[in-house]
Amino acid sequence: MAAPQISQDVLLNLASLDLEKEQTCFECRDFGLHYGNNQALRGIDMVIPEKRVTAFIGPSGCGKSTLLRCMNRMNDLIDTVRLEGEMLLHGKDINSKLVNVAELRRQVGMVFQKPNPFPKTVYENVAYGLRLQGVNKKRVLDERVEWALKGAALWDEVKNRLQDNALGLSGGQQQRLVIARAIAIEPEVILLDEPASALDPISTLKIEELIIQLKQNYTVVIVTHNMQQAARVSDYTAFLYLGELIEFGATDQLFTNPVQKQTEDYITGRYG
Amino acid sequence: MSDQTNKSSFTSFMSSGQPWVWMNAGAVAVSMIMVAGLLFLIAVRGLGHFWPKTVYEIEYDNGTNVVQIVGERVETEEVPRKRIVESGIRVDSDKDLIERSLIKVGIREVLGVDFMLTVAPNERSVRVPEDVIVLERTQWGNFYGYLTDVKEVGKTVDVADADLWSELEHRLHRVTELRERIEHIEKNKIGSINFQLEKLRLKRRGLELKGITDQGSYDLLSTEQDMYTRDYEVLKEELDELYRDITRDSITARVMTGDEVEIKLANVVKAYQPNAMTLAAKIVFYIKTFWGFISNDPREANTEGGIFPAIFGTVIMVLLMSIIVTPFGVIAAIYLREYARQGLITRLVRISVNNLAGVPSIVYGVFGLGFFVYVVGGSIDELFYREALPSPTFGSGGVLWASLTLALLTVPVVIVATEEGLARIPRSVREGSLALGATKAETLWRTVLPMASPAMMTGLILAVARAAGEVAPLMLVGAVKLAPSLPVDMNAPFIHLERKFMHLGFHIYDVGFQSPNVEAARPLVYATALILVAVIVVLNLSAIYIRNHLREKYRSLEQH
Repeated sequence: MAAPQISQDVLLNLASLDLEKEQTCFECRDFGLHYGNNQALRGIDMVIPEKRVTAFIGPSGCGKSTLLRCMNRMNDLIDTVRLEGEMLLHGKDINSKLVNVAELRRQVGMVFQKPNPFPKTVYENVAYGLRLQGVNKKRVLDERVEWALKGAALWDEVKNRLQDNALGLSGGQQQRLVIARAIAIEPEVILLDEPASALDPISTLKIEELIIQLKQNYTVVIVTHNMQQAARVSDYTAFLYLGELIEFGATDQLFTNPVQKQTEDYITGRYG
Repeated sequence: MSDQTNKSSFTSFMSSGQPWVWMNAGAVAVSMIMVAGLLFLIAVRGLGHFWPKTVYEIEYDNGTNVVQIVGERVETEEVPRKRIVESGIRVDSDKDLIERSLIKVGIREVLGVDFMLTVAPNERSVRVPEDVIVLERTQWGNFYGYLTDVKEVGKTVDVADADLWSELEHRLHRVTELRERIEHIEKNKIGSINFQLEKLRLKRRGLELKGITDQGSYDLLSTEQDMYTRDYEVLKEELDELYRDITRDSITARVMTGDEVEIKLANVVKAYQPNAMTLAAKIVFYIKTFWGFISNDPREANTEGGIFPAIFGTVIMVLLMSIIVTPFGVIAAIYLREYARQGLITRLVRISVNNLAGVPSIVYGVFGLGFFVYVVGGSIDELFYREALPSPTFGSGGVLWASLTLALLTVPVVIVATEEGLARIPRSVREGSLALGATKAETLWRTVLPMASPAMMTGLILAVARAAGEVAPLMLVGAVKLAPSLPVDMNAPFIHLERKFMHLGFHIYDVGFQSPNVEAARPLVYATALILVAVIVVLNLSAIYIRNHLREKYRSLEQH
């Protein structure tokens, strides 16, 4: 596979990051979440900048995946969940009754830890979201499928296998297919929940290259276990611990010069 | 000391798990043997029936005088001498066990019985005459005898004795063709005219009920009626001529009593000389007879002829049931699993559904009769078929009500299987769909249901297996001994859901226990049972084929 082309612009941006200067995408205000009697998130205040890669790191069970799933209301599926505070997308509360959840999820796409392609052809997997929106013209679909697969750096590998079952692809290809499926409907934000944890190193590398490329057009939020990965791909990093946001800042800063003691302990591997 | 070693070796043998393996394997083996044995018994008893059996001529001393018996040996068994003597038969032997045979002699019109019992010691001589003929007739059962003459319009045809048989075959061939033409006219052509006339009668009655007095509409009906009546007259003439033709030929034959009997060829379905047949001829005969059994209508109170209407009725009923039960069960399962809040009430509903599967089927039959037939059917008649009253249309048992009753009986199976299938769809797939902006309904429809379809098919397979073998409820809601017409035919609207139908299971019961000649019909019971098993197997295999196809298509479950 050809190496992804990272524009000069993106590279320059890496040097001078400052949260104050960024455009706001998501904003959490005193956000909290309970699973029944169990508080999983509390008092989270943060701003997720637009067209940047933001990483959530922290030990298992710290609530980073839960927080990510709140951003497109995936937690709605769980009956016992209760929310507090606000989660704003471009200033609007996404948990308000007026928000159409399906509409929100079209805007905020998500890729899961384990690749979960549908048991359909490669083509139909990518076209799934488009068909949901009523796009059924073959010409339009063909175009968009190709575009999305190219965007997910998968086109060259599958262009001759579009009508094969997606489950026949390798794990890494499946995960990129799922990303292609997500970007095919052109969301604003892509949420990635440990997208590379089930993959081999080479597939992981491809996914990471892809993430860096994606931020030209999308706001990317990624949950990862792997601190090196966070350091490699993200512009900003949030460290969560026991349901609380401990520290949030530019990735360089957070990894080289953490403000909080807990952050330092974590990134130096004292627990986690 | 040695006792202790024995004990410990026994304990170690027990704990090694070997006995457990043997026990399991033994249970499997016993089950397999039972199933195989059952099928084998049915197959042997049922399939043997169609083989052309040797016809014996026996000089038999029945105690008072010596008579000739001509017939097939159906069954031979050893009976204690005492028992035979006690029943008043003199036995020319002093052995303790006497061989006794059941001989099928046919010619009920002469003897008044179909079977005779003989004891071996009294059989003076046994011969296998080459020239004995067997006739399968439309009445009076089989005929065994010796051909003496072939007659045309009552006059003996002049042929050499050696050519008599080929002359008979030749003329029988003509008669068979004529009979087919008659059947075609009576069943299809006249049947359809009758159907149309009945429709016209109902239309006229409908007009009367509506209080329409306009003569024009009645005249229109009359013209149409006249047209059909004219058609009928033409067919009637053709039919009369065919009947004259078919009754032209007859034969005379000598039977075992020595009497000469005249038999009209019109009454003969099949004629053969079993003792003169080669093996190849017997095989051909066997295949033809078996095919006739599957493809023909029954005769003589179901004890002769075929079982085609019963096969057809069973298949149609099961298909109709599948069409009803699948959507019904699947929709219920979707609600229970996907939409209903999981709590006490859902659990109660689920328990009730599971228990419904255990309700005796006759109870469903009673419910079907009381609710579907009388209440629903009665109301339909009242609303839409007033002109036919007081004779019921939907207000009596029919294939629709039978299918609905069986659908009710099998819906729990489909619900349980579908629920299990839905529960097995991984959450990640649902989330993947939802994350693309699909609503819950879209996710269900586009992803979850297709993936759960193999489980639905499993439910359907179980439902079909249960429904096809069910008899008790059907007797109340539409299965009959003899249905005048099939539930599907060439008269619009082609599928007649209100019609009564024949069913293999009920047919077995009827032939085996309700027929006037149980002994003669017994092989048919086995043969019919075998066909019923075969029909169920075929239905199931096709469902399994579809399921495997679906599994192949949505095989992601195995991967996750």
